[in-house]
Formats: sequence, structure tokens, C-alpha cells
Amino acid sequence: MKATTAMGDYRTQQSLETFSFLPPLAQEEVYAQINYMLSQGLAPAIEHEDPAQASNHYWTMWKLPFFGETELANVVTELEECHRAYPNHHVRLIGYDNYTQSQGVCFVVYRAKAW
Amino acid sequence: MAKKYDAGVKEYRDTYWTPDYVPLDTDLLACFKVTPQEGVPQDECAAAVAAESSTGTWSTVWSELLTDMEFYKGRAYRIEDVPGDKESFYAFIAYPIDLFEEGSVVNVLTSLVGNVFGFKAVKHLRLEDIRFPIAFVKTCLGPPSGIQVERDKLNKYGRPLLGCTIKPKLGLSAKNYGRAVYECLRGGLDLTKDDENVNSQPFMRWQNRFEFVAEAVQKSQAETGETKGHYLNVTANTPEEMYERADFAKELGQPVIMHDFLTGGFTANSGLAKWCRKNGLLLHIHRAMHAVIDRHPKHGIHFRVLAKCLRLSGGDHLHTGTVVGKLEGDRASTLGFVDLLRESFVPEDRARGVFFDQDWGSMPGVFAVASGGIHVWHMPALVTIFGDDSILQFGGGTQGHPWGNAAGAAANRVALEACVKARNEGRELERESREILTNAAQSSPELATAMETWKEIKFEFETVDKLDVA
Repeated sequence: MKATTAMGDYRTQQSLETFSFLPPLAQEEVYAQINYMLSQGLAPAIEHEDPAQASNHYWTMWKLPFFGETELANVVTELEECHRAYPNHHVRLIGYDNYTQSQGVCFVVYRAKAW
Repeated sequence: MAKKYDAGVKEYRDTYWTPDYVPLDTDLLACFKVTPQEGVPQDECAAAVAAESSTGTWSTVWSELLTDMEFYKGRAYRIEDVPGDKESFYAFIAYPIDLFEEGSVVNVLTSLVGNVFGFKAVKHLRLEDIRFPIAFVKTCLGPPSGIQVERDKLNKYGRPLLGCTIKPKLGLSAKNYGRAVYECLRGGLDLTKDDENVNSQPFMRWQNRFEFVAEAVQKSQAETGETKGHYLNVTANTPEEMYERADFAKELGQPVIMHDFLTGGFTANSGLAKWCRKNGLLLHIHRAMHAVIDRHPKHGIHFRVLAKCLRLSGGDHLHTGTVVGKLEGDRASTLGFVDLLRESFVPEDRARGVFFDQDWGSMPGVFAVASGGIHVWHMPALVTIFGDDSILQFGGGTQGHPWGNAAGAAANRVALEACVKARNEGRELERESREILTNAAQSSPELATAMETWKEIKFEFETVDKLDVA
């Protein structure tokens, strides 16, 4: 932690909602978030989008949500596959909550290559 | 068999104290904390409260015999001791649903907290809780959007929202005010807010404020790629003026407006909520004046009742205090009314001051807003206490940053995300707060500077209004 007495300049940054103000999550950190999601009984879903379109509500779905999925490894495999297929897209992971009809979790796992 | 008219004064308890009564599912139930004048028996006092808040008056009148008083009267049906208090007692009263106009919390309050609060036989009177029957709840409009719709509109999930009230409260010109908004939003806040007393004063008329703020919102959105909003305060002296301001906010494409529900009044609030539902704007609710009504432990209306009434009248956000900041608020009690704002069913829980089961049916939930004297060091506690469905608002804690609003906003955003991430990893936020924040500050000089600035600031005073425990 470095607190500086000199005044700093804050540069506006493009950001992608939850966790985008933290340094990119390391692999284990992503795994921990997926485990949290699964432990909450949320249904994992993956979406990807071209950064130019990222401010739309709807991103493109990667397959269907993985209803009933409980294995970390399976979620990771799908994420990696999606990223390989769309390296120039952002890829986000969603945890659907069918009780609140909302998303309990949503964060970008892979940022687009050139972004 | 018709009764005979018997003029004169009867004891209230003859008619209104009914300890054998089993409340109906459709009854509206209320719990009052009653402090009687010396010498007035508890059952007579409870019955008096039931009578004076429903059908009764001090003298028998002949026209009572034209109706079925047994059907319409309120009934005191239970008396309980107040833990740790010999002077007062709880009186439970059941009111038949037909005493109230459908969908009108105004009507409910006019009955329950009307004349009875000035009644001579009681020294103090406090309305602790109301159980609204689901049959009544279904007649109320409720939040114009609610938590789920707001998250979808703003595209923000899995974390509390982050906001800030623009300071100084009063005196800025519209352009300078818009600057402060822009800086907060570009730095990473989701929402900014007009102060409750910002209406349309000579130094900043509302049209000018709305226009400059709209530009600030639009530019910050374009630059960050995230959805932003500013609560434009439409509270005004007349409903007509209020609606004119709301219409202009809509014309400018703004997503959210705000209202002071207690000073503005429930009628204005219900009307504005209806307007918001129709026009698709979110409605933020401030609670100025609440402490006048709810802070005294023996007299007035507990905030949980005001919060329930607001959910029925309509609002998407409501200030709830912070527990940890500069304003009064007991933790367990706050958790009680935060549940009452957000959940679809809240069971009786005396440890949280909840006196009745409350079924909200399909009524949307209201975001709990924590605001007032909070800064980055409070973040771990706030995330723990309020959870995801809340809005954490740091006013001085954003704009007081040595580098300005944008850096202050970024510091709060980093701290918030670090706390949510750590919570999801199973860490104990309050116990490990220093470590979590210190670690997050390693990659954020803005956060490091904020932590240094506010490291000594605490607000530790005894709570005046505590829950009743032995």
C-alpha cells in the first residue's frame, strides 16, 4: 500500500462492471468465484460480445445456461472454449437466480484481446 | 335482536378489550408501546387506543345502533410486558380490513396514528409495527420498478451499488454542481444524488441543474461504458410542480428521480410512484424528518412502520441509516427493517424488533440505502450488514478525497469490489477488514490515499433508540 502526499491525476477508465476495478483475476481467484456461485445454487451461463457492442443489455449467449451444473471443471472448460472461439470478444460469467429472477453473479472473466 | 340505546359514558374495555379474539388473516394488526397515565389500568388503556384509532368516541352515540359495531370496531386482543421496562406495555390491536380504503397507506396512518396520539389517558404512545394483511398489500402499487428490474436496467449484478450525495449540500451553481456529478461518475460510482433539500433555490434553479447533470451522466456513461444515473430531486411545494420536474427529467432521458416522502407526504409519494411506474423511471426516496417521528423510544412511530408504508406507497430505494456512520441506528433493528424492505416474507423476530409475520406477496423489493458519515474503512462492515441489495453512499467519503471526487469514487469502487470478492471467497470481512483493504490498496493509490485520510474517523455514540431487551 502506497499513500502518496503528492496530488494524483485520475484517468477515466473504461470498465466492465463488477470486479473491473480490481487487477485481472488470477486463475484461482476466478475458480473461487465460480465455486461461490455453484455453492449458492446459481445456474452458470456464459456470454460473449464484441467490445464495441458491450454496452448493450444483451450479449451473445454461449450455448444455453448450464442448468444443474455443479462441477467447477465443467464451467471452466466451457469458459475456455468460448474464449478460444471468440478471442476478440469479452467473455462474462453469469449466475442465474431463478428465485429472484435476477443474476446473483455477473463478471467478465476474459477481456477482449485488443481492448 | 336489536339493542337498546343507552346514553352515557362506558369504559372502553367493555367494548374494545377482547382477549379471546383470534385475529383474522384479513385483519390489519398493530402493536403499540403504551405508557399510561398513572392509575389507568392496562386493559382500559389498550382498549382506549383501539377505540380511538377505530370506531370509538368518548360517549355512546345513538347512531352506533344503525350499524354493526361488532363488525367494524378495532379490538385490543393482547397485552405484553415490555422487557426491561415496568412503566410501559405492548398493546396488540386488530382492525377489520374494511376500516381502510384499498391501496391507501394514507388512510391507514390517519386512523392508526391520528388523534389517539394526543389522547390524555396515555402519557406516551409509540406505534411499533403494523401487520398489513396480504389482501391489503395486493391493493397497493408498491415500488415502481423494484430491485430486480432496477438491476436489469442498470446492468449491475452481484454487488451493492455505489453512490454519493453531491456536496456542499447547498450553494453550488448548476454548472459547478454538474461538474461534481461528472467527476464522481467517471471515477466509478454508479449513482449520484441530489441532497434532500436541493429543490429549486435561487442559486440553482431546477431546470439548470437537470440539464447540466444530464450532460454529466451522458458523458460519464460514454467514457466508462457503464450505466450511470443521478437522483434528480423533484420534491416541490405542489404536486403540479413536482410532476413538471419529473416530466423534464424524463424528457432529458434520465433514469432516476427522487422524493422526500415524509416532508412531501404519502399522498405526493404514492402519486409520484405511480408516475414512475407509468414512465419507466426509478424512484429514490429520502427520509428527511424521520428522526422527529421515530427516534424517541416511547413516543412516535418506529421507522420499521414508516419503511413498510413506503414500500406500499412506492419507492425503489429507501434510506435506512448505516449502523456504522454518523447517524443513529441499532444493528439488529436495522437488519429487521432492511428485511422488511427487500424480502417477500418476513417472519416475526423480536430480536430484530419485528412483531408480526409480514407477507408481501409479489410486491417488489426496495433497495436499502446506507448513507451518512461513511468512508472506505466502513466498507467491510457495510457489505456484511447490508449485503448485495443495497446502495452504499459515500458523500464526504468520496468528495473529501485529497485528489478529488473521481479518485474518491475509484477508491470506494476498488474497496467495494475487494470486499465482495473476499466475501465470495468465504473470508470474514469484518474480522479481516484491514488485511483485505490493505491488499486492495496495493494496486490502487486512490484507495491507499483514502485509507490514510480517514484512518482515525469513527462515530461511536450510544444508540438512543435501542430494542427492548431485559
